[in-house]
Amino acid sequence: MQFSRRGFVAGSASLAATIATTLVLPKGARAKGGSITIAYHVNLPSWDPTVGLSAVNPTIQGIYQSVFDQFISQNPDLSFTGGLLEKWGFSNDEKTQIFMDVRQGVTWHDGSPFTPEDVVWSLQRAADPKTGNPIQFVWGNLKKFSVSGNRVTVDLDHFDPSLFPWMAFLTAYVMPKDYYTKVGAEGFEKAPIGTGPYIVDKFETNAFLRLKANPNYWGGVAAYDSVVFKFVTDASARVAEVESGASDVTLEIPYQEYDRLSKKSGLKGLTTPVSDIGMIFLNDIGVMEDKNVRLAAHHAIDKDLIVKRLLRGYGVPIDTLEAPQYMAYDASINVGYDPEKSKTLLKASGYSIDNPVKFKIQTTRGFKPKDYEMIQAIVGMWRKVGIAAEIEVYEIAKHYELRASDTLAEAAFYNWGNSIGDPSTSTGFAMFGPSPHSTWDTDDLDAMIGPLWGEKDEAKRIAGWKAVSRYIAEQGYVIPLMQYVQPIVHSDKVNVVPHVSGALLPHLMKPA
Amino acid sequence: MGAFLLRRAMEAIPTLIGVAIVVFVLVRVVPGDPIAMMISPGATETDIANLRAAYGLDKNIFEQFLIWGTLALSGDFGTSISMRQDVLGLILGRLPATLELAGTATLIAIMLGVTLAVAGSFWRHRLPETIIDAINGLSLAIPDFIWALVFILVFGVLVPVMPISGRMDPRIEFEFVTHFYFLESLLRGEFAILGNLFTHGLMPALALGLPLAAIITRVLKGSLDQALVQDYILLARVKGFGKLRIILGEALRNAAIPALTLTGVQFTFLVGGTVLIEKIFSYPGIGNLAIDAVINRDLPLIQGLIVTFAILFIVVNLSIDLMYAALNPKLRHG
Repeated sequence: MQFSRRGFVAGSASLAATIATTLVLPKGARAKGGSITIAYHVNLPSWDPTVGLSAVNPTIQGIYQSVFDQFISQNPDLSFTGGLLEKWGFSNDEKTQIFMDVRQGVTWHDGSPFTPEDVVWSLQRAADPKTGNPIQFVWGNLKKFSVSGNRVTVDLDHFDPSLFPWMAFLTAYVMPKDYYTKVGAEGFEKAPIGTGPYIVDKFETNAFLRLKANPNYWGGVAAYDSVVFKFVTDASARVAEVESGASDVTLEIPYQEYDRLSKKSGLKGLTTPVSDIGMIFLNDIGVMEDKNVRLAAHHAIDKDLIVKRLLRGYGVPIDTLEAPQYMAYDASINVGYDPEKSKTLLKASGYSIDNPVKFKIQTTRGFKPKDYEMIQAIVGMWRKVGIAAEIEVYEIAKHYELRASDTLAEAAFYNWGNSIGDPSTSTGFAMFGPSPHSTWDTDDLDAMIGPLWGEKDEAKRIAGWKAVSRYIAEQGYVIPLMQYVQPIVHSDKVNVVPHVSGALLPHLMKPA
Repeated sequence: MGAFLLRRAMEAIPTLIGVAIVVFVLVRVVPGDPIAMMISPGATETDIANLRAAYGLDKNIFEQFLIWGTLALSGDFGTSISMRQDVLGLILGRLPATLELAGTATLIAIMLGVTLAVAGSFWRHRLPETIIDAINGLSLAIPDFIWALVFILVFGVLVPVMPISGRMDPRIEFEFVTHFYFLESLLRGEFAILGNLFTHGLMPALALGLPLAAIITRVLKGSLDQALVQDYILLARVKGFGKLRIILGEALRNAAIPALTLTGVQFTFLVGGTVLIEKIFSYPGIGNLAIDAVINRDLPLIQGLIVTFAILFIVVNLSIDLMYAALNPKLRHG
C-alpha cells in the first residue's frame, strides 16, 4: 500500500467530516412548530395517575394531563371547565345523588371508543381499597352507579361539597377499562394510553418521554406534533439545557438564574404565582399553647422583606392559607408585621429579649427554594423580639412521618399545594383536627370547621371558610408565609401559557 | 482456577446475606415512612391501614424479611412502590447504562493514566514531568461532580458542542434488543447511533474518569520510578534498548501490578460516584434510579439496588484478583 500526501489530506478531511457529522449536536430542539423539548425538573416514576406515590405528586400532574383527561378540567386560572364530563351536578335537593354527562365522540389512543362505562369503572376502581388509590376517602363516597345513554347517575353515601372540585384534582383521571383489564398494571406501565392531547410515543425511565400529538383529540389537535420531556433533575443542568438551546422550555430554576436567562437574547421568562404556599405549622404543644407566643411569632415576621431579599421578589406574602386565586380568599384578613406588638405580647407572657421564649422549628433544606434560608431569616427576626428558636433540619419524608403521627415540633415549615382552590383542601385538611395532615388540633377550631364539610349552600360554605380563616389568624394557629411563584424560561419562538396549578402543559404551547 | 472461583463464590454468599439483612433493617429504621408520604389529607385510619397492607408493610420486620428473602432467592425482589414495576426488571434495565458509563470512564482513566505516567517517567526531571505532575495534582484535587459542572459550562453552554443530558438523543428512532446500547450499536454496525451515544456519554465518563486517571498516574509513575532502578532495567540499558522501549517493554508490566490493584479498588468507588454524575447529566443508570428510590422511600427498590451494588463490588473484586493472578506469576504458582 502506498500513501501520498494528497491521499492523506483527502482521507483526513473525510475522517474529520465524518467525526463532525457524528458529533454534531442534533439541533432539532429549537422550536420550529413541529417539535418542542422541555427540560423537566422531576422524573416520571409511574404511568398510573390513580395509585401510589405518583398519584399524589403534584409536580408530575402536567405530564399526566398531557396523556390522560380528567373528569373535569381546569382553565389556566383554575376555573373549572369540561373534561371528559360535559355537564355535571347534583340530581336531588338533598345533594346525595349526582349526574355526569359523558363527552361523546372521544376515542382512546388505541382507537377504541371512550364510553360511560370507562367513567364508571374508573371511579369504582379508584374507590377500591385494593388498588392503593390514596384518595379513597373521596371516591368511596360514590356508591351506586347507573348508566343511561351518555348520562351516569351515582348515589352518594353522603353530601360532599368538594366532590366535583376533586374530579379535577389528584387521581381524578379516566382510565381505559377494556385496555387496562386486558394488559394489566405492568402492561399499562409499559404502554399507557389515555384520551389526552398527546400519545405516548417512547418513554425511558429517568431519561426522557417522547409524545406525539393525538390527531383525534376532542379539544383540538395540539400545536406541536412532537413533545420531548427530558428529565433533568439537576437545576444547573436545566439552566444549561435552555441556555445552550438544547431545550426550548424549562422550569423551577433558581430565581437568580431566571433573572439572568430571561434577559438573554432568544429567551423569555414567565413568573406566575401558583397554587403552592409556604407556611409554618404550629403544633398545640408546649409554649405554642400560649396565644401571645403564637401571635408574637407571626407579627415578628417581615414577609415582604423575606420575599424581596431571599426570593428576589418572586413570591406573594399571605396571611391565610387561602391564596388570592382560591375560592375562599379574603383580602381583608391581615396579620401585619409589627415587632413592637410582638414584644408587648411576649412581655404579657413574661418573655423578653433577655428572657426569650424557646422552642424548636423544623425545616427542610433545599426541598423548596430558599426554605432553610427563610427559616434562618425568620429565626433572626424572632430573636429581635424575644423568641429563641432552635432550627432542626430534616428530610421531607421525615416531615410526613412526623406529621402523620402528630409529633412535629412546636413549629415546622412546609409547603401546601391546592390546585383546585377549594378551602376544604387547603385550610380544611391543614387545620381540621381529625385530618392526618393537620398539626393544630383543638376543639374550638374543629367545631367551626366540622359543619362546613356538609354545608349545602355554597355561598354559606365559602363564607364559613372565610370566617375560619379569620379566626385562625386571630388565634395565630398557623403562620402562612407566601404564595410561591413558578419561574419558567423558554425560547422566544414558543408561546407558553402558564397554569396557576403549576402544571406545565405542552398542549397550551404554540409557536410564537 | 475453577476451585479458586468456586471458593470466592462461596465466600460471597455470607457477604450478600449480611448485606441483605443490614440493608433491610436500615431502610426501615431510618426516618421516612413511604405510606406517610402518600396518605391523602382526608384519609381515615382505615384508609391508611389499607394502604399499609397493600404494600405489605403491615407485618412485622421479621415477617417482612422472611417474605422478601424467600422471594429474592427465586429472583423476585418485589415491586417498586413508586414505579409500580418489577424491581429486578427495573435494575436490569438500568444497570447496563451504568456499566457502560463506568466501563468507559475506567477505560479513559487507564488510557490517560498510563499515558501520563509513561510520559512522566520518560521525561523525568524535565519540564514535561513538572507539567504532568501539575495536571495530575489538579485532577486529583477536583472531585468528579465539579468536573461535571465545568464540562457542562464549557462544552454544553459556552462552546455548545456536546449534549448536556441523557444517554441518547430522544428523537432517534431505533429499537435496541438489549440494554447495552453502546455495545449493541457497535456490534450491529450502527455507527451514527454509536456516535450519538458516545457524545452523550463522553462528558459524564470524563468527569468520572479524571480523578481515577490522576490516581493511576500517580501510582504507576511511582512504581515505574522504582522499577527503572532495578538490575534487569540496567541490563536492558546495557543491551542498548531505547528509553521508551525499556519503560514499555520491561518496566511497565511489573509496575502495573500495584496500579491495577488500586484501579480495582477505585472502580468500586467510581461506580458509587455514578450516583451523582448520573443525576447531573440525567443519565438513566442505577445511580439515578437510586436517588429517586431514596427520595421516595421506595423500600423494595432501595433493597434491590444495594444488593445489586454489593454483587457488583464482589464481581469487580473477583475480576481484579483474577487479573492480578494473571499478571503476577508468584500468585499463579502459589
